Amino acid sequence: MNEPEIKARVLEIIKSIAPELEEGELRADRPLRDQIDLDSMDWLNVLIAVHEKLHVDIPEADYGKLVTLDKLVAYLRDKLAQRAA
Amino acid sequence: MIEFKLPSLGADMDQGKLLEWKVKPGDVVKRGQVVAVVDTSKAAVEVEIWQDGTLLEQLVPIGETVPVGTVLATLLQPGETPEQAALHKREAPAARPAPKPAAPAAAVAAPSAAPLAQRRPVSPAARKRASELKLDIDKVAGSGPHGAVTIEDVEKAAARAAPAPADRYAEMRKAIAAAMSRSKREIPHYYLSETIPMQRAAEWLARENEKRPVTERVLIGALQLKAVALALAKAPELNGFWLNGAFQPASGVHIGIAISIRQGGLIAPAIHDVDKKSLVELMRALGDLVSRARAGSLRSSEMSDPTITVTNLGDQGVEAVFGVIYPPQVALVGFGRLETRPWAEGGELRAVPLVTASLSADHRASDGIRGARFLAELRERLQHPEEL
Repeated sequence: MNEPEIKARVLEIIKSIAPELEEGELRADRPLRDQIDLDSMDWLNVLIAVHEKLHVDIPEADYGKLVTLDKLVAYLRDKLAQRAA
Repeated sequence: MIEFKLPSLGADMDQGKLLEWKVKPGDVVKRGQVVAVVDTSKAAVEVEIWQDGTLLEQLVPIGETVPVGTVLATLLQPGETPEQAALHKREAPAARPAPKPAAPAAAVAAPSAAPLAQRRPVSPAARKRASELKLDIDKVAGSGPHGAVTIEDVEKAAARAAPAPADRYAEMRKAIAAAMSRSKREIPHYYLSETIPMQRAAEWLARENEKRPVTERVLIGALQLKAVALALAKAPELNGFWLNGAFQPASGVHIGIAISIRQGGLIAPAIHDVDKKSLVELMRALGDLVSRARAGSLRSSEMSDPTITVTNLGDQGVEAVFGVIYPPQVALVGFGRLETRPWAEGGELRAVPLVTASLSADHRASDGIRGARFLAELRERLQHPEEL
């Protein structure tokens, strides 16, 4: 799966949790949770959906690396590439 | 004979509109089963029944708005015959002496107006009512002779039309305004707060979550909820209701969870018996409740019986929250954000994650000393996360 595909899947997941999200208003290089008001339960639901749909389990210790949409997508790209290798 | 009444669904709800019957006459129902769906200003609520029986008669048609306490249906007790029930009915007449027939199934809005439908007879009164209700008369199915559209058909179709989101928000705002004004008018609030070191809890939780798959991870909010439930054992005057001029302690710990609705507004349905649930069970219940509250689908038992409310505004970044009690409850516990700050302990200054817990309590039901004891117990419980 390439990066644009991963990004589309992640946006789909976020939209299922925050349906009011306007993609055009989301800055991929700014902190994600502040922009779309994801509380800790919403965030956990995003990660559960990532686990179910992309089969990537993100440990809690890595949450700090996933602040922006760009960083989350890059993280998933690396994890998926590692698995494919 | 059992009379199934519309239960109270919280202080800010005194009526509801029947949206759907989940059972029909002759169906056997079990205690705890959802038998009807009722629309309130806050959500479409699935109404449960708390007795076993067999549905005898539906007394309220779909689309009708009725006050809390109205008999919605009658049921036969296990072993009872309709004849015995009729006898009972004569002895003690029901609240609604003239039961209306159930809404005919044909009277639903037609998905699209067929050309033929336009030639159906429509009574002038029905046409006028449709125009008042801003309803397209061609889309209303008729139940009269030759498919005639009656004024009743128009009103039923209007009742079925889902309220627009803006209306729902305005209604919810009104309901919140009524409950909160009543609270501040009637309840003499007192407020206490306590800074709680969370290092042990946070470290324990990080270790636990490391072992768990993402689907079983526990949030610190769940730890706080469980600690509140257990600490209430030391302060039973905070768990219950102020009714008819006296405090009535609750038999279980059913915590109302303040949940913000994405489109605006707030709802606080209960998780039952929080003190008896494991953290994983509590997380599951919390996730399920939040998603159903946001989708507008809750159960009557969740709406009617929270015994205390917990609000957590930590994710929104505030340091502390001093909430307004939701009547007839007598207390509300608030949590602010988890933040690492300087903390002195045993003569040493260290950087420690801290949270401010607050208590808003009804001074008619408890005194500050009891509230203080509760917060001290809450702090203590959070120092032993492995016991939660």
